[in-house]
Amino acid sequence: MASLKALKVRINSVKSTQKITKAMKMVAAAKLRRAQDAAQNGRPYADRLEKVVASLASKVTVSESSPKLLGGTGKDQVHLLVVATSERGLAGAFNTNIVRAARRKAEELERAGKTVRFYIAGKKGRVLKRFYGNAVVADHEMGAIKYVSFDDAKAIAEDIVARFHAGEFDVAHLFYAKFVSALVQDPVGQQIIPVAVPANAETLQKTGAEAAVEYEPDEESILADLLPRNVAVQIFRALLENAASEQGSRMNAMDNATRNAGDMINRLSIQYNRTRQAAITTELVEIISGAEAL
Amino acid sequence: MLHFELVTPEKLVRSEDVFMVTVPGTEGDFGVLEGHAPIMSTVRDGALVIYRTQGGAPETLTVQGGFAEVNERGLTVLAEHAA
Repeated sequence: MASLKALKVRINSVKSTQKITKAMKMVAAAKLRRAQDAAQNGRPYADRLEKVVASLASKVTVSESSPKLLGGTGKDQVHLLVVATSERGLAGAFNTNIVRAARRKAEELERAGKTVRFYIAGKKGRVLKRFYGNAVVADHEMGAIKYVSFDDAKAIAEDIVARFHAGEFDVAHLFYAKFVSALVQDPVGQQIIPVAVPANAETLQKTGAEAAVEYEPDEESILADLLPRNVAVQIFRALLENAASEQGSRMNAMDNATRNAGDMINRLSIQYNRTRQAAITTELVEIISGAEAL
Repeated sequence: MLHFELVTPEKLVRSEDVFMVTVPGTEGDFGVLEGHAPIMSTVRDGALVIYRTQGGAPETLTVQGGFAEVNERGLTVLAEHAA
Protein backbone atom coordinates (compact mmCIF):
# COMPACT_ATOMS: atom_id res chain seq x y z
CA MET A 1 0.00 0.00 0.00
CA ALA A 2 1.19 3.46 -0.88
CA SER A 3 2.69 5.44 1.96
CA LEU A 4 0.72 8.25 3.57
CA LYS A 5 3.10 10.86 2.29
CA ALA A 6 2.89 9.60 -1.30
CA LEU A 7 -0.92 9.65 -1.12
CA LYS A 8 -0.96 13.19 0.21
CA VAL A 9 1.31 14.37 -2.60
CA ARG A 10 -0.92 12.62 -5.11
CA ILE A 11 -4.08 14.23 -3.74
CA ASN A 12 -2.53 17.67 -3.85
CA SER A 13 -1.39 17.20 -7.40
CA VAL A 14 -4.86 16.11 -8.53
CA LYS A 15 -6.32 19.08 -6.68
CA SER A 16 -4.16 21.56 -8.55
CA THR A 17 -5.00 19.89 -11.84
CA GLN A 18 -8.65 20.25 -10.95
CA LYS A 19 -8.15 23.94 -10.32
CA ILE A 20 -6.66 24.36 -13.78
CA THR A 21 -9.40 22.43 -15.58
CA LYS A 22 -12.03 24.35 -13.67
CA ALA A 23 -10.49 27.66 -14.69
CA MET A 24 -10.23 26.50 -18.30
CA LYS A 25 -13.86 25.52 -18.26
CA MET A 26 -14.92 28.93 -17.06
CA VAL A 27 -12.72 30.70 -19.59
CA ALA A 28 -14.17 28.53 -22.36
CA ALA A 29 -17.70 29.31 -21.20
CA ALA A 30 -17.00 33.04 -21.35
CA LYS A 31 -15.38 32.76 -24.77
CA LEU A 32 -18.20 30.57 -26.01
CA ARG A 33 -20.71 33.38 -25.48
CA ARG A 34 -18.59 35.76 -27.47
CA ALA A 35 -18.05 33.26 -30.26
CA GLN A 36 -21.75 32.49 -30.37
CA ASP A 37 -22.58 36.17 -30.67
CA ALA A 38 -20.07 36.54 -33.49
CA ALA A 39 -21.60 33.57 -35.31
CA GLN A 40 -25.05 35.06 -34.83
CA ASN A 41 -24.01 38.46 -36.15
CA GLY A 42 -22.53 36.90 -39.26
CA ARG A 43 -25.76 35.22 -40.24
CA PRO A 44 -27.71 38.07 -41.92
CA TYR A 45 -24.94 38.77 -44.42
CA ALA A 46 -24.44 35.12 -45.31
CA ASP A 47 -28.17 34.53 -45.68
CA ARG A 48 -28.70 37.52 -47.94
CA LEU A 49 -25.70 36.83 -50.10
CA GLU A 50 -26.76 33.23 -50.47
CA LYS A 51 -30.21 34.31 -51.64
CA VAL A 52 -28.82 36.77 -54.16
CA VAL A 53 -26.33 34.27 -55.53
CA ALA A 54 -29.00 31.60 -55.77
CA SER A 55 -31.41 33.85 -57.62
CA LEU A 56 -28.68 35.07 -59.96
CA ALA A 57 -27.36 31.61 -60.60
CA SER A 58 -30.79 30.37 -61.54
CA LYS A 59 -30.97 33.03 -64.23
CA VAL A 60 -27.59 32.43 -65.78
CA THR A 61 -27.24 29.31 -67.88
CA VAL A 62 -24.05 27.43 -67.23
CA SER A 63 -21.97 27.45 -70.36
CA GLU A 64 -18.33 27.57 -71.46
CA SER A 65 -18.21 31.29 -70.86
CA SER A 66 -19.81 31.33 -67.42
CA PRO A 67 -17.57 31.91 -64.41
CA LYS A 68 -15.51 28.85 -63.55
CA LEU A 69 -16.43 29.18 -59.89
CA LEU A 70 -20.01 28.42 -60.87
CA GLY A 71 -19.61 25.98 -63.72
CA GLY A 72 -16.47 24.19 -62.53
CA THR A 73 -13.47 23.31 -64.66
CA GLY A 74 -15.36 20.61 -66.46
CA LYS A 75 -13.29 17.99 -64.66
CA ASP A 76 -13.64 16.17 -61.39
CA GLN A 77 -10.17 14.77 -60.93
CA VAL A 78 -8.31 16.76 -58.29
CA HIS A 79 -10.11 17.48 -55.03
CA LEU A 80 -8.90 20.00 -52.51
CA LEU A 81 -9.96 19.40 -48.93
CA VAL A 82 -9.83 22.55 -46.85
CA VAL A 83 -9.58 21.50 -43.22
CA ALA A 84 -10.33 24.17 -40.63
CA THR A 85 -9.29 23.26 -37.10
CA SER A 86 -8.43 25.14 -33.94
CA GLU A 87 -5.05 26.44 -32.89
CA ARG A 88 -5.16 24.88 -29.45
CA GLY A 89 -5.76 21.46 -28.09
CA LEU A 90 -7.47 20.28 -24.91
CA ALA A 91 -10.85 20.61 -26.53
CA GLY A 92 -11.98 17.03 -26.31
CA ALA A 93 -12.43 15.26 -29.62
CA PHE A 94 -13.05 18.52 -31.49
CA ASN A 95 -10.02 18.52 -33.78
CA THR A 96 -9.88 14.75 -34.05
CA ASN A 97 -13.44 14.67 -35.34
CA ILE A 98 -12.83 17.26 -38.04
CA VAL A 99 -9.64 15.58 -39.17
CA ARG A 100 -11.35 12.22 -39.16
CA ALA A 101 -14.21 13.52 -41.32
CA ALA A 102 -11.67 14.89 -43.79
CA ARG A 103 -9.69 11.64 -43.86
CA ARG A 104 -12.81 9.61 -44.44
CA LYS A 105 -13.68 11.81 -47.41
CA ALA A 106 -10.11 11.55 -48.68
CA GLU A 107 -10.20 7.76 -48.52
CA GLU A 108 -13.52 7.69 -50.30
CA LEU A 109 -12.20 9.94 -53.07
CA GLU A 110 -9.02 7.95 -53.42
CA ARG A 111 -10.99 4.75 -53.78
CA ALA A 112 -12.86 6.43 -56.61
CA GLY A 113 -9.51 7.10 -58.26
CA LYS A 114 -9.38 10.85 -57.57
CA THR A 115 -6.38 12.86 -56.52
CA VAL A 116 -6.64 14.44 -53.10
CA ARG A 117 -4.92 17.60 -51.89
CA PHE A 118 -5.15 19.21 -48.47
CA TYR A 119 -5.29 22.82 -47.42
CA ILE A 120 -4.80 23.23 -43.70
CA ALA A 121 -6.16 26.18 -41.76
CA GLY A 122 -5.34 25.89 -38.08
CA LYS A 123 -2.42 24.30 -36.29
CA LYS A 124 -4.22 21.19 -35.14
CA GLY A 125 -4.87 20.09 -38.70
CA ARG A 126 -1.16 19.51 -39.14
CA VAL A 127 -1.51 15.91 -38.05
CA LEU A 128 -2.70 15.33 -41.60
CA LYS A 129 0.88 15.84 -42.74
CA ARG A 130 1.74 12.60 -41.06
CA PHE A 131 -0.65 10.64 -43.27
CA TYR A 132 -0.68 12.72 -46.43
CA GLY A 133 2.67 14.50 -46.28
CA ASN A 134 3.05 15.43 -49.92
CA ALA A 135 -0.63 16.04 -50.56
CA VAL A 136 -0.70 18.99 -48.17
CA VAL A 137 -0.39 22.00 -50.46
CA ALA A 138 -0.66 24.74 -47.88
CA ASP A 139 -0.62 25.30 -44.16
CA HIS A 140 -2.34 28.58 -43.44
CA GLU A 141 -0.94 30.34 -40.40
CA MET A 142 -3.69 31.38 -37.98
CA GLY A 143 -1.79 31.49 -34.70
CA ALA A 144 -1.91 35.27 -34.34
CA ILE A 145 -5.68 35.49 -34.73
CA LYS A 146 -7.59 35.96 -31.53
CA TYR A 147 -11.05 36.61 -32.91
CA VAL A 148 -11.66 35.70 -36.51
CA SER A 149 -12.40 38.66 -38.75
CA PHE A 150 -13.73 38.64 -42.26
CA ASP A 151 -10.34 39.65 -43.61
CA ASP A 152 -8.82 36.44 -42.26
CA ALA A 153 -11.43 34.40 -44.09
CA LYS A 154 -10.95 36.53 -47.19
CA ALA A 155 -7.21 35.88 -47.19
CA ILE A 156 -7.83 32.13 -47.19
CA ALA A 157 -10.55 32.43 -49.83
CA GLU A 158 -8.37 34.52 -52.14
CA ASP A 159 -5.56 32.02 -51.83
CA ILE A 160 -7.88 29.15 -52.63
CA VAL A 161 -9.58 30.91 -55.54
CA ALA A 162 -6.18 31.84 -56.99
CA ARG A 163 -5.11 28.21 -56.77
CA PHE A 164 -8.36 27.21 -58.43
CA HIS A 165 -7.78 29.56 -61.34
CA ALA A 166 -4.21 28.33 -61.62
CA GLY A 167 -5.71 24.90 -62.23
CA GLU A 168 -4.40 23.27 -59.08
CA PHE A 169 -7.69 21.54 -58.38
CA ASP A 170 -11.20 21.04 -59.75
CA VAL A 171 -13.38 20.70 -56.67
CA ALA A 172 -12.94 22.08 -53.17
CA HIS A 173 -14.54 20.82 -49.98
CA LEU A 174 -14.50 22.56 -46.65
CA PHE A 175 -14.36 20.70 -43.34
CA TYR A 176 -15.29 22.24 -40.01
CA ALA A 177 -17.42 21.55 -36.96
CA LYS A 178 -20.91 22.92 -37.05
CA PHE A 179 -22.06 24.38 -33.77
CA VAL A 180 -25.33 22.73 -32.78
CA SER A 181 -25.27 23.45 -29.06
CA ALA A 182 -22.71 23.77 -26.32
CA LEU A 183 -22.89 19.99 -25.96
CA VAL A 184 -23.11 18.96 -29.60
CA GLN A 185 -20.75 19.86 -32.41
CA ASP A 186 -21.12 18.21 -35.76
CA PRO A 187 -18.10 17.75 -38.01
CA VAL A 188 -19.30 18.50 -41.53
CA GLY A 189 -17.88 18.61 -45.02
CA GLN A 190 -19.35 20.84 -47.68
CA GLN A 191 -18.47 21.64 -51.25
CA ILE A 192 -17.43 25.25 -51.77
CA ILE A 193 -16.04 25.23 -55.32
CA PRO A 194 -17.74 25.04 -57.75
CA VAL A 195 -20.49 26.91 -55.94
CA ALA A 196 -23.31 24.55 -55.17
CA VAL A 197 -26.55 26.18 -56.29
CA PRO A 198 -29.33 25.36 -53.85
CA ALA A 199 -31.94 23.05 -55.26
CA ASN A 200 -34.68 25.50 -54.43
CA ALA A 201 -33.18 28.17 -56.67
CA GLU A 202 -35.96 27.61 -59.17
CA THR A 203 -38.69 28.14 -56.66
CA LEU A 204 -36.94 31.20 -55.32
CA GLN A 205 -37.13 32.73 -58.71
CA LYS A 206 -40.77 31.97 -59.21
CA THR A 207 -41.97 33.37 -55.95
CA GLY A 208 -41.30 36.89 -56.30
CA ALA A 209 -41.58 40.22 -57.80
CA GLU A 210 -38.20 39.50 -59.25
CA ALA A 211 -39.45 39.71 -62.77
CA ALA A 212 -38.56 43.29 -63.44
CA VAL A 213 -35.26 43.54 -61.62
CA GLU A 214 -32.72 45.72 -63.33
CA TYR A 215 -29.07 44.70 -63.25
CA GLU A 216 -26.15 47.05 -63.17
CA PRO A 217 -23.90 45.79 -64.79
CA ASP A 218 -25.43 42.60 -66.24
CA GLU A 219 -26.18 39.40 -64.31
CA GLU A 220 -22.97 37.64 -65.33
CA SER A 221 -20.69 40.43 -64.19
CA ILE A 222 -22.45 40.72 -60.87
CA LEU A 223 -22.18 36.98 -60.44
CA ALA A 224 -18.49 37.02 -61.32
CA ASP A 225 -18.04 39.66 -58.64
CA LEU A 226 -20.11 37.89 -56.02
CA LEU A 227 -18.87 34.31 -56.41
CA PRO A 228 -15.39 34.81 -54.92
CA ARG A 229 -17.03 36.75 -52.12
CA ASN A 230 -19.40 33.89 -51.58
CA VAL A 231 -16.45 31.55 -51.07
CA ALA A 232 -15.01 33.96 -48.52
CA VAL A 233 -18.33 34.18 -46.71
CA GLN A 234 -18.65 30.42 -46.51
CA ILE A 235 -15.16 30.13 -45.12
CA PHE A 236 -15.87 32.94 -42.68
CA ARG A 237 -19.00 31.19 -41.54
CA ALA A 238 -17.07 27.97 -41.10
CA LEU A 239 -14.40 29.71 -39.04
CA LEU A 240 -17.01 31.32 -36.82
CA GLU A 241 -18.86 28.05 -36.33
CA ASN A 242 -15.53 26.42 -35.60
CA ALA A 243 -14.65 29.02 -32.99
CA ALA A 244 -17.94 28.48 -31.20
CA SER A 245 -17.67 24.70 -31.48
CA GLU A 246 -14.13 24.74 -30.16
CA GLN A 247 -15.13 26.62 -27.03
CA GLY A 248 -18.20 24.45 -26.54
CA SER A 249 -16.14 21.32 -26.92
CA ARG A 250 -13.44 22.59 -24.57
CA MET A 251 -16.00 23.60 -21.99
CA ASN A 252 -17.39 20.10 -22.09
CA ALA A 253 -14.03 18.39 -21.96
CA MET A 254 -12.92 20.54 -19.05
CA ASP A 255 -16.18 19.97 -17.22
CA ASN A 256 -15.63 16.23 -17.52
CA ALA A 257 -12.02 16.57 -16.45
CA THR A 258 -13.03 18.59 -13.39
CA ARG A 259 -15.58 15.99 -12.45
CA ASN A 260 -13.12 13.15 -12.94
CA ALA A 261 -10.58 14.95 -10.82
CA GLY A 262 -13.23 15.31 -8.11
CA ASP A 263 -13.96 11.59 -8.20
CA MET A 264 -10.29 10.81 -8.06
CA ILE A 265 -9.77 13.07 -5.07
CA ASN A 266 -12.62 11.31 -3.27
CA ARG A 267 -11.16 7.91 -3.96
CA LEU A 268 -7.69 8.95 -2.92
CA SER A 269 -9.00 10.60 0.24
CA ILE A 270 -10.77 7.41 1.25
CA GLN A 271 -7.62 5.45 0.61
CA TYR A 272 -5.61 8.02 2.55
CA ASN A 273 -7.96 7.87 5.53
CA ARG A 274 -8.00 4.06 5.52
CA THR A 275 -4.24 3.94 5.43
CA ARG A 276 -3.99 6.44 8.22
CA GLN A 277 -6.51 4.47 10.31
CA ALA A 278 -4.64 1.25 9.66
CA ALA A 279 -1.39 2.85 10.76
CA ILE A 280 -3.01 4.09 14.01
CA THR A 281 -4.51 0.66 14.69
CA THR A 282 -1.17 -1.07 14.14
CA GLU A 283 0.52 1.38 16.44
CA LEU A 284 -2.10 0.84 19.15
CA VAL A 285 -1.81 -2.92 18.86
CA GLU A 286 1.95 -2.61 19.18
CA ILE A 287 1.67 -0.41 22.30
CA ILE A 288 -0.95 -2.64 23.95
CA SER A 289 0.95 -5.84 23.27
CA GLY A 290 4.09 -4.11 24.48
CA ALA A 291 2.34 -3.11 27.72
CA GLU A 292 0.96 -6.63 28.16
CA ALA A 293 4.40 -8.14 27.80
CA LEU A 294 5.65 -6.22 30.81
CA MET B 1 -39.99 56.00 -45.74
CA LEU B 2 -37.42 53.73 -47.27
CA HIS B 3 -36.32 50.70 -45.28
CA PHE B 4 -32.54 50.64 -45.42
CA GLU B 5 -30.21 47.86 -44.28
CA LEU B 6 -26.45 47.85 -44.30
CA VAL B 7 -24.90 44.46 -43.59
CA THR B 8 -21.27 43.41 -43.23
CA PRO B 9 -20.08 39.84 -42.66
CA GLU B 10 -19.39 40.76 -39.06
CA LYS B 11 -22.69 42.36 -38.19
CA LEU B 12 -25.87 44.14 -39.19
CA VAL B 13 -24.65 47.73 -39.20
CA ARG B 14 -27.91 49.55 -39.94
CA SER B 15 -31.52 48.62 -40.15
CA GLU B 16 -33.72 51.68 -40.13
CA ASP B 17 -36.24 53.74 -42.05
CA VAL B 18 -34.73 56.68 -43.87
CA PHE B 19 -35.77 59.22 -46.46
CA MET B 20 -33.13 58.62 -49.13
CA VAL B 21 -29.81 56.84 -49.63
CA THR B 22 -27.28 57.63 -52.34
CA VAL B 23 -25.39 54.50 -53.38
CA PRO B 24 -22.04 54.65 -55.21
CA GLY B 25 -22.82 52.10 -57.91
CA THR B 26 -20.09 50.77 -60.20
CA GLU B 27 -21.74 52.45 -63.13
CA GLY B 28 -22.55 55.67 -61.35
CA ASP B 29 -24.13 56.92 -58.16
CA PHE B 30 -27.85 56.47 -57.74
CA GLY B 31 -30.26 57.75 -55.15
CA VAL B 32 -32.86 55.41 -53.72
CA LEU B 33 -36.17 56.71 -52.45
CA GLU B 34 -39.20 54.82 -51.25
CA GLY B 35 -40.82 52.80 -54.02
CA HIS B 36 -37.68 52.58 -56.18
CA ALA B 37 -37.82 50.02 -58.98
CA PRO B 38 -36.09 46.70 -58.15
CA ILE B 39 -32.41 46.80 -59.01
CA MET B 40 -29.25 44.86 -58.28
CA SER B 41 -25.96 46.60 -58.60
CA THR B 42 -22.37 46.17 -57.58
CA VAL B 43 -21.01 49.02 -55.51
CA ARG B 44 -17.61 50.58 -55.88
CA ASP B 45 -15.59 51.59 -52.83
CA GLY B 46 -16.85 55.01 -51.84
CA ALA B 47 -19.26 57.02 -49.80
CA LEU B 48 -22.78 55.96 -49.01
CA VAL B 49 -24.86 59.01 -48.17
CA ILE B 50 -27.88 58.61 -45.92
CA TYR B 51 -30.56 61.31 -45.70
CA ARG B 52 -32.58 60.49 -42.66
CA THR B 53 -35.18 63.18 -43.32
CA GLN B 54 -36.00 65.30 -46.30
CA GLY B 55 -33.72 68.32 -46.33
CA GLY B 56 -31.93 67.12 -43.18
CA ALA B 57 -28.17 66.89 -42.83
CA PRO B 58 -26.85 63.77 -44.57
CA GLU B 59 -24.71 61.12 -42.92
CA THR B 60 -21.83 59.60 -44.84
CA LEU B 61 -20.51 56.06 -44.47
CA THR B 62 -17.57 54.64 -46.38
CA VAL B 63 -18.20 51.22 -47.84
CA GLN B 64 -15.81 48.75 -49.41
CA GLY B 65 -16.49 45.71 -51.53
CA GLY B 66 -20.19 46.15 -51.76
CA PHE B 67 -23.33 45.07 -53.45
CA ALA B 68 -26.76 46.72 -53.38
CA GLU B 69 -30.20 45.29 -53.88
CA VAL B 70 -33.47 47.18 -54.03
CA ASN B 71 -36.68 45.19 -53.79
CA GLU B 72 -40.19 45.78 -52.56
CA ARG B 73 -38.97 45.57 -48.95
CA GLY B 74 -36.41 48.31 -49.37
CA LEU B 75 -32.72 48.76 -49.93
CA THR B 76 -30.11 46.29 -48.74
CA VAL B 77 -26.42 47.05 -49.04
CA LEU B 78 -23.97 44.20 -48.47
CA ALA B 79 -20.45 45.45 -47.85
CA GLU B 80 -17.23 43.85 -46.71
CA HIS B 81 -16.34 46.91 -44.69
CA ALA B 82 -18.38 49.87 -43.57
CA ALA B 83 -17.36 52.79 -41.39
